[in-house]
Amino acid sequence: MSMLEIKNLHVRVEEQEIIKGLDLTVNPGEVHAVMGPNGSGKSTLAQVLAGKEEYEVTAGEVHYKGEELLELAPEERAREGLFLAFQYPVEIPGVSNVYFLKAALNAIRKHRGQEEMDAMDFLTYVREKMKLVKMDESLLNRPVNEGFSGGEKKRNEIFHLSVLDPTLAVLDETDSGLDIDALKIVSDGVNSLRSPDRAFIVITHYQRLLNYIVPDKVHAMVGGRIVESGGKELAHKLEEKGYAWLEERVAESELAAAPSA
Amino acid sequence: MGAVEHLQSEYRKFVDGLSESWPAALTERRGLAIERFGEIGIPSRRAEQWRFINLNAIRETPFRLPQSFNGFGADDLEPFRYEGCHQIVLVNGRFSADYSELGELPEGVVVASLARAAVDHPELVDEYVGKLAKFEEHPFVALNTAFLRDGAFIYVPRGVVVEQPINLICLGVPEAEAVAFYPRNLIVAGESSQVTVVEQYASLGEGRYMTSPVTEVAAGPNAVIDHYKLQRESTDAIHMATFQIHQQRDSNVSSHSISWGGGLVRNDVNAVLDGEGCESTLNGLYMVEGEQQIDNHMRVDHAMPNCDSHELYKGILEGRSRAVFNGLIHVHKDAQKTDAKQTNRNLLLSKDALVNSHPQLEIFADDVKCTHGSTTGHLDDVAVFYLRSRGIGEEAARSLLTYAFAADIVERIKVDSVRRELEEFLFRRLPKGEVVRQAV
Repeated sequence: MSMLEIKNLHVRVEEQEIIKGLDLTVNPGEVHAVMGPNGSGKSTLAQVLAGKEEYEVTAGEVHYKGEELLELAPEERAREGLFLAFQYPVEIPGVSNVYFLKAALNAIRKHRGQEEMDAMDFLTYVREKMKLVKMDESLLNRPVNEGFSGGEKKRNEIFHLSVLDPTLAVLDETDSGLDIDALKIVSDGVNSLRSPDRAFIVITHYQRLLNYIVPDKVHAMVGGRIVESGGKELAHKLEEKGYAWLEERVAESELAAAPSA
Repeated sequence: MGAVEHLQSEYRKFVDGLSESWPAALTERRGLAIERFGEIGIPSRRAEQWRFINLNAIRETPFRLPQSFNGFGADDLEPFRYEGCHQIVLVNGRFSADYSELGELPEGVVVASLARAAVDHPELVDEYVGKLAKFEEHPFVALNTAFLRDGAFIYVPRGVVVEQPINLICLGVPEAEAVAFYPRNLIVAGESSQVTVVEQYASLGEGRYMTSPVTEVAAGPNAVIDHYKLQRESTDAIHMATFQIHQQRDSNVSSHSISWGGGLVRNDVNAVLDGEGCESTLNGLYMVEGEQQIDNHMRVDHAMPNCDSHELYKGILEGRSRAVFNGLIHVHKDAQKTDAKQTNRNLLLSKDALVNSHPQLEIFADDVKCTHGSTTGHLDDVAVFYLRSRGIGEEAARSLLTYAFAADIVERIKVDSVRRELEEFLFRRLPKGEVVRQAV
């Protein structure tokens, strides 16, 4: 059974249709890259999967592990193993990064019928995970994302990912704005988390990330749809040729589909 | 009989009942103050400084002088006693020798009831009491001055550091009929001295009463005073308070006003920076719900050059509650190189809560740095979504963000017991507080 199956998804944001009939199937163990120009609907897709309520799904369905994903509240999705790494992680003053994660992990464990982790076990567990993203211990005790640099925020997202141990992780432009060292750290973190039971959807604007996180499938998203899918060679083609050729193709097909005047 | 006439007749009973001997100047000041109160009366909304607060509850209640100053057990006081503090207890405005535990104080330090100090240290009482807070301009300062009889008197002589905080517990014990009382507190810190004072207001039992305290602070040159006010009376209580600070050169005064109790609350905080090199920090956090009203009126007078003042007031409102923030920074002509900052931020957790926020600057010097700002808004949806996407439930996410809003005020509280008290309150008040407790 596939882990995620999106069929004919249509999404409206403030009266404007952003996603216009999107299909995507992701199997366990796979890494999918979704690329596309600005405004193509990539981030909207990520947010809809995580359950952002302001986005209105007008048609289509999404099955996650065989269940209707769209019926679930954002926290229920997280507890079912879905994780979104935010493009712009939020600063939360006064709430410590590590204690927050403990509360989040325990909410997830409780949902799964597991025992809550006590402070000692949690700290041991968290220290393991920190090594993955080479997080400085001082960032553990700071308030969530407060005063973090851009790179630290992105690393913190991958750190959250590793601690919460999801089955499907969606990375929304986690690579944007990172220098090469930070990019490598983030990629190494993701690569070390790849497993036969876990799948990734990596949304990116830049092919460069895919040199480090090698995807199984690459999708080009234009005008709210996936218009081309392929292997990692598609990423190179997009890097070389840009999106104009795909945009033209979309325009032509829309013209052809429109009733003639 | 109207409310003003009623209070005037209570005043006559009060004066007749005074048994202690008082400095003549104070006796005279009482008379002037009740006269002045008669002229001002209880302000209506037409009065500029009282536009957004409804004082009908005061107008409609015939407040009497309290009769009882005990009637509860020592256990009832436990929640308000903080370990490692000098405890001074007022019950319905009167000093309680039975419940106070002053402990060992450094030499020369006086912590006593005002009534006692008037006998033992008449020269100090005469020098300071009633000199700072102006009854001529404020109806509740006038009432307090008219009914002046007791309160806490704290005097720290030159060069002395009081290591342990002084915990002033002002209890309201409702009686069968609504009572009003007027604690008058004075904190005097001599040159290069240091003291921390916690001033708590709490109720033992339900039922209407009014506390109308005036606390005057005189900071000598280079003195350091940290003041924490914790107002957590029952919602039946009315609280009309003035906190008046006078700072001499190089002094450093911080005031942290935390308020979640009371049905109708007014806090006037006035600081006069009357010497060069003063620093004044005025922080506040108010949390109201239901039908509670709270009005914070601030005034900072920069009278001399090279002084800094920082004000940060934050409010969290639920239900149909109302909050007013009125902050004025007045920079006098000679107060060059003033650095003044004033911020008021409000978080509305319900549709029906309302805030009136008016930060104001009046600047008569030409080389100053002054900023002011005010924001009122709801919780950020993106932040709520972020937390939920990590598996935190919606209620808990909202509570975490509410806590986060208050966090910078909480963190600035240096007295552990006070900070813990506030944290515990937040965990109790916020839905799914146990998640917040885990996560901070």
